[in-house]
Amino acid sequence: MNFPHLPRRSHHMPHATSGCASVACSRRSLLGGFAAASTVAFSLPPLSARAAASRGAERPRSLITLWMAGGPSQLETWDPHPGGLIGGPTKAIATSVPDLQIAAGLPLMAERMDRVSLIRSLVSKEGDHERGTYFVKTGYRPDPTVQHPAIGAVLPYQLDGEAIAAGLQMPLYVSIGNGQWPGRGGYLGEKFDAFRVPSPGRGVDNLRADVEATRNARRLAGLELLSGTFRQGREGHPAATRHTETVHDALSLMASEHLAAFEIEDEPKEVLARYGDSDFGRGCLVARRLVEVGVRSVEVTLGNFDSHAANFSIHDRLVGMLDPAMAALLDDLRERDLEASTMVLCIGEFGRTPWINPLDGRDHWPSGFSAVLAGGGMPAGRVIGHTDPEGGDKPTDPIPVQDLYATILSRFGIDPAVELMTPVGRPLAISDGKPIGKLMS
Amino acid sequence: MARSTTLTLLLITLGVGWAVSRSVLPARQASVAATSRSQRPLDGGREADSPAAVETSALQAAVDRLDAAFAEIWMSEGLEPATEADDLTILRRLSLALHATIPSLEEIRQFEAEPAEERLDRWAQAMLADRRFAESFAERMTRAFVGTQGEPFLVFRRDRFKAWWADQLAANRPYDEVVREVIASQGLWTGRPATNFITHSVTDGTPSPEKLAGRTVRAVLGQRIDCAECHDHPFADWKQSDFRGLAAHFGQVRLSPFGVEDDPARVFLADIGPRGQKRGVQAEVPFGEAWLPDSGTSRERLAAWSTDPRNRRFARATVNRMWALLFGRPLSAGAPWYADVDDLPDPQEPTSDEARSPLDVLADEFVASGYDLHHLLRVIAASRPFQLSSAVASAVSEENAGGSGSVEGTSSPQGGSTSADFQPLLDHWAVFPVERLRVDQVVGSMLQASSVRTIDLNSALMTRFLRFVRENDFLREYGDPGDDELLARSGTVPQALVRMNGKLVRETTEPNPFNATSRVGLASLDDEQLVEHCFLLCLSRRPTPAEQAYFSTAWDEEPPAGAPDDNDAGSEPKPRLSAAQRAQDLCWTLINAPEFSWNH
Repeated sequence: MNFPHLPRRSHHMPHATSGCASVACSRRSLLGGFAAASTVAFSLPPLSARAAASRGAERPRSLITLWMAGGPSQLETWDPHPGGLIGGPTKAIATSVPDLQIAAGLPLMAERMDRVSLIRSLVSKEGDHERGTYFVKTGYRPDPTVQHPAIGAVLPYQLDGEAIAAGLQMPLYVSIGNGQWPGRGGYLGEKFDAFRVPSPGRGVDNLRADVEATRNARRLAGLELLSGTFRQGREGHPAATRHTETVHDALSLMASEHLAAFEIEDEPKEVLARYGDSDFGRGCLVARRLVEVGVRSVEVTLGNFDSHAANFSIHDRLVGMLDPAMAALLDDLRERDLEASTMVLCIGEFGRTPWINPLDGRDHWPSGFSAVLAGGGMPAGRVIGHTDPEGGDKPTDPIPVQDLYATILSRFGIDPAVELMTPVGRPLAISDGKPIGKLMS
Repeated sequence: MARSTTLTLLLITLGVGWAVSRSVLPARQASVAATSRSQRPLDGGREADSPAAVETSALQAAVDRLDAAFAEIWMSEGLEPATEADDLTILRRLSLALHATIPSLEEIRQFEAEPAEERLDRWAQAMLADRRFAESFAERMTRAFVGTQGEPFLVFRRDRFKAWWADQLAANRPYDEVVREVIASQGLWTGRPATNFITHSVTDGTPSPEKLAGRTVRAVLGQRIDCAECHDHPFADWKQSDFRGLAAHFGQVRLSPFGVEDDPARVFLADIGPRGQKRGVQAEVPFGEAWLPDSGTSRERLAAWSTDPRNRRFARATVNRMWALLFGRPLSAGAPWYADVDDLPDPQEPTSDEARSPLDVLADEFVASGYDLHHLLRVIAASRPFQLSSAVASAVSEENAGGSGSVEGTSSPQGGSTSADFQPLLDHWAVFPVERLRVDQVVGSMLQASSVRTIDLNSALMTRFLRFVRENDFLREYGDPGDDELLARSGTVPQALVRMNGKLVRETTEPNPFNATSRVGLASLDDEQLVEHCFLLCLSRRPTPAEQAYFSTAWDEEPPAGAPDDNDAGSEPKPRLSAAQRAQDLCWTLINAPEFSWNH
């Protein structure tokens, strides 16, 4: 089978050899005969130094997705209905937006709701974790004939052709935390899969050679010889030569000066404290640092929210991690003038049932759940829809998930209706949703 | 108590391993007596008039027909096929395809001790009789029929389904019978494991006829009808009404306390509108009405229709899938279709004299053999395309492999001129394709390379336990492609990082008494022997003279220019590495070489 030829913007052709950062070059000379041109999109320079240093609205945009795995309860977060039949013990508090109340577990975010927009009426038909996650990460329902890319993979695919061509040294799309289904590149290819960092703040796995430098250099020199032997007479097998380039990109990443973005040891104690002492808090801090060096798309997972039993204690604990981390992230982005260029999306695969089951739990509920959007040029302080206080399955102003993605893509300057060719030869729109009017004006 | 048991186990493993390493390692004096492994009929089929001999000639006739079909294509396309690969390369292909691992040093020694004539087919037979074949292919077939999902909880038991497949494959039960049982059987998913095909589709307590129809058409007929669930297929002849008619065959199935049952009174209601409008649909087939029997449950009728010998899609799809499992690439991926394993075009009616395509020749053979999977796999393994080299003499030959790639004769980037000549060879199977190994093959090979003995079901409990733990850790980091494991793909940077710096490679190459590196270090008489052992262990071949010269002398003496000297002024000469450390470095290098993680 030929590799899929995907229509790309012209600058996406990944054959350029320019932009050889000094560290990468020394690796290359070490590798001698390794092809100098990188063809792997995975490791790219983050933004050029100038672009990374830029601030305000001119800065290229990035997306940070706070992924609430397992399906958080809308009633214990952004859409509480206290006092009634369905509200349970959760209380609501006033926010910086007049007439808007959110759950009492989010006091720091309550003070910042004027800086975000809130959708409380997302609707989906996928009530299974894996299918729901697929739908909410890609904007498409699962389809046995094609694998759709996650929105986090579409952004670098559409926007980072030049960086990919220049062969940089950092992943474009990073997934932080131990999520079960990190975003995938789908039909765009595995190189657009999220780069996983399971334990935020403790570095990245597998980036250090396990023998000292001299031995390692010798190993790599031997590898070069073997790659050459294998290439003999097999030049026509295109994928086989890519192996060597992938090794090269891995070495570039190992030597990248930007790896420090994954480390938080040198962050002041005060900063660490604001994000909260949790993996999720540290993940949000790493996400901010990655965006600062120009990573396009980061997903940070919190969970498991799957509270079929003991719904309220589970949410107390997890919401207690979400609130400081998200508030600190928004504050830092503002303070560093990265708010206009960095969109933050907080969402999970579905919500939870209004009724409370005999185990004091709530079950899966795709018909009315919440998402928070901030920064990245989104209007702030707007609130769309709410679920039924009596527990009905018809929220006001229902918003299909794909419309949320059409909105986000539009804010990144990507026309959601643009079609990409899938490997089965069927053109597919990047998103089949329509931008949400209330968030586009 | 528990600790002392573990210790005893460790010691036993150690002792047995040591004894074996002594018998396997010494290079040419391999006096491989009959091994303790029971089910290896290595000498089977050599007496003149035995039934085995008759069977062998039937095999040869089938291989000849297939080879003739390819030869005709190569001639009409004017292609010069690649030369024959050597036997060890083919042994590696066979082992990766049938056992999902490279051959062990032990197996290589046994193989080389046999007379060369027909030893590949004898090994193919022995490998098919080895439980490792049944286990590995059971996973492949399970993915084809139910994917990788573990849900729905309680009613779906993927492990039972897979174990059942392994039994069918080990017994070599006629494949059409197996498929009919998968589609039509009734009973509990625990007691009748085939029924898990039905229960894997359960949502909200009910099996999904649409999902089952889509899976059946893909896995059994090698076509995609799922697209027709929502719209007519863009290029095959499937319509939405065809899809609903097929799905209706699963419309009577339901779950009861007795398991999967069929209720003739049920009517299949298909979704016909976006607002949940439904309409009752009759069970129908889109073609071949004559193959549909009059009696039986609607699933039994569908099963009979799907596997009817006149339904050529069935044999073509099966042959195509088995080809893909041996080559890493389906027959359909070549000319003229360039199609995925489950996206075969409709079969054309056979015209009498016209040359039949290799796919049809093989499909006919499969039907004639009574859907004998082992026979089919042996035919493919013995065919000319499977025996060809993956390399061709290149027009622009670089004077030195791995030399500075900047000056390359002509200015063609990355051998652009050669790939134009090369593509037709690939398209028509006149050269063996180079395909990335599946993750289970990579991890199996890494583990096997860490041991001079064969790791299989007879291995010590400790070895099997370690394999289980390491395999799962590695899979998590390396990533599993899920259902789409037969699609071509390239490697990723995280995978390269796992291979280079990950725990599995570190643990399996570090010199300790369990690992091959220290045994090789101890058993090799000199540097040359050490290099040869490592090459056989990891790449299932001997080093070329250039490689031997480099790794046994130059590599060790002088660190390459440009090596970062982080050890101060570097004035004091470093002590030479121990033999085990040299084996460790060499094995690391070999495992990271492209040759290791690609089928070639």
